[in-house]
Amino acid sequence: MATSKLIDMAYFPGCSLATTAKESNASLIAYCRRIGVNLIELPDWNCCGSSSAHSLSRQLALDLASRNLAQIPEGLPLLVACPSCTLRLDEARHHLQTHATARTRFEANWNRPFDSGLKIVHFLELLENKTASNNSNGHCQSLNGLKFVPYYGCMLNRPPSIRSEKNLFGLMEKILAQLGAEPMRWSYHSKCCGTFLSVARPDAVVPLVNRIFENAVDTRAKCIVTACAMCHMNLEIRCTRKEKLPVLHFSELLSLAMGAGDHPDWFARHLIDPRPVLTTYGLLG
Amino acid sequence: MTDQTPPGGNGRPVNLTACDQSFAATVRKHAGTNFSACLHCKSCSGGCPFSEAMQHKPNGVIRLVQLGLRREALENDTMWICVGCHTCSVQCPMNIDIAAVMDALRHMALATNAELPQPDILTFHQAVLASIQTYGRTHKLDIMMRYKLKARDFFSDMNVGLRMLAKRKLDLTPSRVRQVEEVRALFDATVED
Ligand code: SF4
Ligand code: SF4
Repeated sequence: MATSKLIDMAYFPGCSLATTAKESNASLIAYCRRIGVNLIELPDWNCCGSSSAHSLSRQLALDLASRNLAQIPEGLPLLVACPSCTLRLDEARHHLQTHATARTRFEANWNRPFDSGLKIVHFLELLENKTASNNSNGHCQSLNGLKFVPYYGCMLNRPPSIRSEKNLFGLMEKILAQLGAEPMRWSYHSKCCGTFLSVARPDAVVPLVNRIFENAVDTRAKCIVTACAMCHMNLEIRCTRKEKLPVLHFSELLSLAMGAGDHPDWFARHLIDPRPVLTTYGLLG
Repeated sequence: MTDQTPPGGNGRPVNLTACDQSFAATVRKHAGTNFSACLHCKSCSGGCPFSEAMQHKPNGVIRLVQLGLRREALENDTMWICVGCHTCSVQCPMNIDIAAVMDALRHMALATNAELPQPDILTFHQAVLASIQTYGRTHKLDIMMRYKLKARDFFSDMNVGLRMLAKRKLDLTPSRVRQVEEVRALFDATVED
């Protein structure tokens, strides 16, 4: 392939993608390679702290995030795969940029200054300026009119302090439509998936997830596409309706369109099997 | 609408003689957001996906804080149920960071050993942190075992767990940080603070 030189980016996969959602990680790395981005995984990254550190201790949440930020090779932007890790790391970045005492602590802990120009980029942002042609790079398989609803979960909602930054609304629809899929309109694209309440209060999460599916089915979509591994899991495990739809990682569909060959592995790991729908649309085998 | 619930919520009257005058200022300092601008328009409560499951709606909690009803504000379950999804703050016309208020109340409740109406949610967070402290990363199976032992909830979700194991979605062995002592030191440093 006559690709120009690869662009380097630091990469934070996060716990979900390193374990439960391996299928998403594999498809994401494959996709980045194809569009000319070389991901350099942080050498010894730790959990971003997730909702739990943040819920119980602000300092611990900041410290856990900082240890990751301290591993970014100088001058490189950090690509994060998970929306919730993105928010945690970006909140820490914002706090460090605006608080001198936090920067002093950072330097004392990690023996390096905090890079005040640090950019943290969610996977979707990387795609923002890609047009259909350089998305495909000449390797495009059309998604054949696959009807889907885009599910962003809470990733579009941000706290007022970092609200003015880029909004990714509509991006999944735009890109997947360019690749030949058909987005359906619905009003549940930003409903929360329930996150950690799925463990301690499934009673509160099940009705929410069922409502999300009900609405998706009503639009006649054939699948739900999500950019978050946590949403993906909650939707898959908490739907108790008979009529379900497969839930696909955004990166899986991208890679499928790019002609990645190893997707049988990813699709077999879903709890709601997407293969029948994809086969109907002539996208498998 | 038959919403005549007083700010104390649940139809109970509010005892204003029990007010703590400095409480709102303390919460405001911790939360870093100015909730005295709240209009009680209830946009937050309307948008919150978990309003139904909460003892007080999100704006009700803000009212409790404004009124200085310290105990009621620290011992209801709203901030424990809150998942920090920011649906509320996106809809708030006054740009109030409601989730930050919930965070502040949670931290204050822990710091003052307030009574916990939703101990299982705290148990879950503690199980996650214990896993991070052990491996530097979260290990789902480990978290579930810790949680179930402490919450004494052994059989719910067996089915989900088995399906995930069968799909190789619950790894048996954790993914680990190599320099895990560094991560553990962060936990120790926080305890001292
Ligand atoms: S949306 Fe904002 S102004 Fe309205 S009740 Fe909630 S916090 Fe108050
Ligand atoms: S951040 Fe908390 S209070 Fe606000 S909408 Fe989400 S769950 Fe409700």
